[in-house]
Amino acid sequence: MTIRNTLQDHGQRYRPRMACLKKSEKVLLEMQDPKTGLKSQPQRLVITTIPHAITGEDIIAWLADRLQVDTQEARSFGSMLVALGYIYPLQDHKRLVIKPDASLYRFQTPYFWPTQQWPVEDTDYAIYLAKRNIRKKGILEMHEQEHYNRLHKWMNHKWDFIVMQAKEQYRAAKERKKPDRVVFDCQERAYWVVHRPPPGTVSAMDYGLDRQIDPNSDEAVTPDFYERIMIFTQQSIMRPRVKSSVSIGALVKYCATYNNHDPFLSNCLPSNPWITDDVTFWTLNMPCVEIPTKMRVERWTFSFAELLSDTRGRDDFRLFLKKEFSGENLAFWEACEDLKWGKAASIKEKAEHIYKTFLARGAPRWINIDGKTMEVTVKGLKHPHRYVLDPAQTHIYMLMKKDSYGRYQKSPVFKDTVKKAICPDEHRFSGAQLEQNSKKRRPSLSPIILRQMEQEQRAKMAANIDITQLCRFTTPVPHLAVYSGFTDYSHCHRLTLPHLPGPHPGLSVPHQRGPGQHLGV
Amino acid sequence: MGEMEELRKEMENLKDQITAARKTFQDSTLQEAAAGVTVVGRVQLKTRKTLRGHLAKIYAMHWGTDSTLCVSASQDGKLIVWDTITTNKVNAIPLKSSWVMTCAYAPSGNLVACGGLDNMCSIYNLKGKDGNVKVMRELAAHTGYLSCCRFLSDTEIITSSGDCTCVLWDIETGTQKTVFAGHQGDAMSLGVSPDFKFFISGACDFTAKLWDIREAECRQTFGGHESDINAIGFFPNGNAVITGSDDATCKLYDLRADQELLTYQDSSIMCGVTSLAPSKSGRLLLAGHDDFNVNIWDMLKAERVGVLAGHDNRVSCIGVSTDGMACCTGSWDSFLKIWN
Repeated sequence: MTIRNTLQDHGQRYRPRMACLKKSEKVLLEMQDPKTGLKSQPQRLVITTIPHAITGEDIIAWLADRLQVDTQEARSFGSMLVALGYIYPLQDHKRLVIKPDASLYRFQTPYFWPTQQWPVEDTDYAIYLAKRNIRKKGILEMHEQEHYNRLHKWMNHKWDFIVMQAKEQYRAAKERKKPDRVVFDCQERAYWVVHRPPPGTVSAMDYGLDRQIDPNSDEAVTPDFYERIMIFTQQSIMRPRVKSSVSIGALVKYCATYNNHDPFLSNCLPSNPWITDDVTFWTLNMPCVEIPTKMRVERWTFSFAELLSDTRGRDDFRLFLKKEFSGENLAFWEACEDLKWGKAASIKEKAEHIYKTFLARGAPRWINIDGKTMEVTVKGLKHPHRYVLDPAQTHIYMLMKKDSYGRYQKSPVFKDTVKKAICPDEHRFSGAQLEQNSKKRRPSLSPIILRQMEQEQRAKMAANIDITQLCRFTTPVPHLAVYSGFTDYSHCHRLTLPHLPGPHPGLSVPHQRGPGQHLGV
Repeated sequence: MGEMEELRKEMENLKDQITAARKTFQDSTLQEAAAGVTVVGRVQLKTRKTLRGHLAKIYAMHWGTDSTLCVSASQDGKLIVWDTITTNKVNAIPLKSSWVMTCAYAPSGNLVACGGLDNMCSIYNLKGKDGNVKVMRELAAHTGYLSCCRFLSDTEIITSSGDCTCVLWDIETGTQKTVFAGHQGDAMSLGVSPDFKFFISGACDFTAKLWDIREAECRQTFGGHESDINAIGFFPNGNAVITGSDDATCKLYDLRADQELLTYQDSSIMCGVTSLAPSKSGRLLLAGHDDFNVNIWDMLKAERVGVLAGHDNRVSCIGVSTDGMACCTGSWDSFLKIWN
């Protein structure tokens, strides 16, 4: 037989597929079990009789029963077994699928299983093609002929060896009995259809790109390796853990709380834009809308983080804090966020302003943090970096969460918002209306445009106010980088964006064209 | 040699201690806690849109935070930003290297990133002055392929690589800020926590690690898988981690209790998980597989509640939009589908 590649490299190249192949083999062995497996019978094919053939419908029925799935899934599973090369079709041998009828299949011999013959060598393929060529000239298909020509070119130096091997195999095959020879030919042919598929076939052997690290390579295990693991493990043991009942309870509660807000599980009002092509839902839930929806307001009560992360929620909270004269906490928190995520060049400047406004003695918006945190923070501000305000920010965040958040939910500001919140009626579109909707689809607003609009609005508002009474650290307007004074909310109004859908001149998405870029629908 | 043996024994001893420590806190299982929860029932999602335009296998996709724009990367050497409502292509960015394996959309919407076999993470500025999309930075320092990248903001990005490390980069200077080393196999994917303080990485050494970004250290390691971890994601509340592996199972790990909660597996699923995404409430888990399907799991009860079959080749990437309204799948058949 062929001189096979004796390299030990099995671990690396078929890694991504190995787990799947092992599972397939288990199922296959069960299928071949004489008692509980598939019933096979000899089948006549042209003039010879093929032993142990099974029909497609039997395979699918057995799989559906064994795996407890419906026929469609059983069919996909069966097709996967064929695509991997464990079962091969006798008729229509180039299409690696299971047909749910009386089409015939056979189990592939373990010699040709993908796990046994990996990697699949080009030399073997060359010998196989040469052998077929010898048997009958012109029998090779187009793609096989192309492969043959290519291999002939690249393996020219060992072509004599290949031809010799091919002749040897051909001679040995002739000495076998006819039925055995036919069976072996089928098996070998099936094997090569799997590993050198005809063009246009989706190959199950295609596993993408190789992994970089070879798990079989013996890494020199040094004492250092163990030391590192031990240090990490020791630290890990000492870390505080929470009782699993507490943590699990929190998970279950989260799912229950958000159940009505999950579009995959509950309806959304007025209608799901993906289904009806009507974007009212998105318009009503814009970041800076004047009147929020009831569902949105409900989410603000789920957690403090949820309230702060929603721009509209934060605005409402800010309004409440103003009435309580504790607006500096939120302003400080926002300033810290801006410092953390902003450009590195501006860190020093921002840190100075924050110090002057919030932390220095006698500062106009002095925040109340404990002595130790203040000491640490002020010291850190001498050499400011992105996270220098983290301890102070966390302190203020917890303060707001434990104190202000609760009061906010009981406050008249919040109650008023809840009362005004809208709960839109469900859309009931007729078939014709749905058609209309799909024709009126407009491109969505780019987030960059949205933010620019927001910034323009704020700049406009800020320009109308006395400079010593500035506001807003959410998106600090560059030329007004003075953090002082206090926010005058009566002048700030909610951004009302033009109602969509409908053609609006200034709101199209900028189609970015450049040399060599194609844009088509 | 004697010293090595002793060290190895000590290490094993410590590992047993950790297992014991975890067990003492295990006073309940998710199955028990979820026993009283109502059943979800069959979940059927339909394809609402098909995004056509790529010419080769799609390897990655990522939603923008506005829930209507998404970016996808394909081995035809293109990074396309789609407006999913109209299926228009907003940007079609040609890449220098066509062997791209990952892409990411910045939360602000200003930047997109991609990388692959070129070992680099390329950042593109979508907000260019003259409307041109140009390379803003090329972050090069990895010695292996880039398997995944995620933005923290417009100034920081985290990448995972085939050289077993994850790196936090400063985009403005183009330098590495922190290198997170510890995995012993290719780091295949990463996910950032909702509060941006932690991130998780899954690797080919069958483990997932939780890293503290600020402290630059590995906090927890989770094992249990029998093969390479291809996909990883946070549960929406940030306290649990979901991993998907080549062994065809997904696992749920709890961070605070430091243990494995559930395994999502079925004997009829034998093809590895390539990608996963939880739904907005965390109740559903959508996992894309090599067998061209996406399986939908009820996360609390570990039951399969749906299948999305529509692709003609492996599902390579999946994502649920920020508002939870739609799920997008990308496949090697070069199409992206939006399901709802």
